[in-house]
Amino acid sequence: MSLYDVQKLLFQVNRDPKTLERFLNERETLIAEYRLTEEERRAVMATDFRRLYEMGAHSLLLGPLAANLGLSFPDYLAILRGQQP
Amino acid sequence: MSLVGAFAASHAPGITGRPALPPAAESQPILRAYDELRARLLALQADVMVVLSPEHWANFFLDNMPSFCIGIADEFFGPTDEKFVNIPRRSVRGNARLARALAEGIAEEVDLATSQDLALDHGVMLPLHLLRTELAVVPVIVNCLAGIPAPLHRCHTLGAAIRRTVDRWPERVALLGTGGLSHWPAMPESGRIGIDFDRRFLDAFIGGRIESFMRYPKEQLETEAGPGGHEIRTWIAVAGAAGDGRGSILAYQPVPAWSTGCAVAALQIEAAVKQAG
Repeated sequence: MSLYDVQKLLFQVNRDPKTLERFLNERETLIAEYRLTEEERRAVMATDFRRLYEMGAHSLLLGPLAANLGLSFPDYLAILRGQQP
Repeated sequence: MSLVGAFAASHAPGITGRPALPPAAESQPILRAYDELRARLLALQADVMVVLSPEHWANFFLDNMPSFCIGIADEFFGPTDEKFVNIPRRSVRGNARLARALAEGIAEEVDLATSQDLALDHGVMLPLHLLRTELAVVPVIVNCLAGIPAPLHRCHTLGAAIRRTVDRWPERVALLGTGGLSHWPAMPESGRIGIDFDRRFLDAFIGGRIESFMRYPKEQLETEAGPGGHEIRTWIAVAGAAGDGRGSILAYQPVPAWSTGCAVAALQIEAAVKQAG
């Protein structure tokens, strides 16, 4: 059920500007509203794209999230591949 | 009136999101092909365009993922993913009357969901942006993403059902399917292109032989064309609507920096649709 919740959070952050704003400004409170494991919570808090991808989060949730956070696509890909951007 | 145009084109977010990343020798053929598509659309004097686009988490999630959903409204907004594609969000004119007629017509043959509040992502907005068109659109979202996407041959039936309604409609209707071809979107493998798959698919698409792809095994499709290869569903629907007419490739170009085997194509419209095999 947990990966479902991780992805639901990313889905809502990407499609709802108000949730994106909360993700940027009060991430901990927002995340607390989802049923995540401690490891998932840490990965989302840190927007650890590589870890989230390895956990199974869909790439078309992660790529647009990176763009919403101002990360360039080449830098995002470098992070996914475990290279320093 | 009738279906006046049947087109398909890639909608790689990089086309507008990172326009300068690929060499011009790779990007220009695709941009020129979109210009050619624009010229053809203008010449056809279409009144409205039905746009078949994959879902990319703009509307639906794993709690409820329809195979097909038609947008019944006179106004839409998009793109939802404006930062990803670098296209400003705007209002788009819809055509609720045609959409309702299409929904009823399609439902005779394929189960579909309807929405009066469909959000448009780059799958619709990027082609509209490159075509620089203000045409009213009827969006039809096709699940190529998650859950259980409709079988490929079912998408051919969808296209044929669209055609039957359009042929009874008083306005001039163009059809555009968007997505594909091979791509591994926003993944570590991004940049890999299934050139052999793309060429075989295009040959079948413009050769009136789309049936050879209608039972393509899922795992083989993903191996050869990536998860993004599922987006050939919208192309198959266009072929279904065009009666599997022959056509022409306006451009095919593998563009690793856009993570996509990019293609733009047009089909002739046969007098009658074919039954899906």
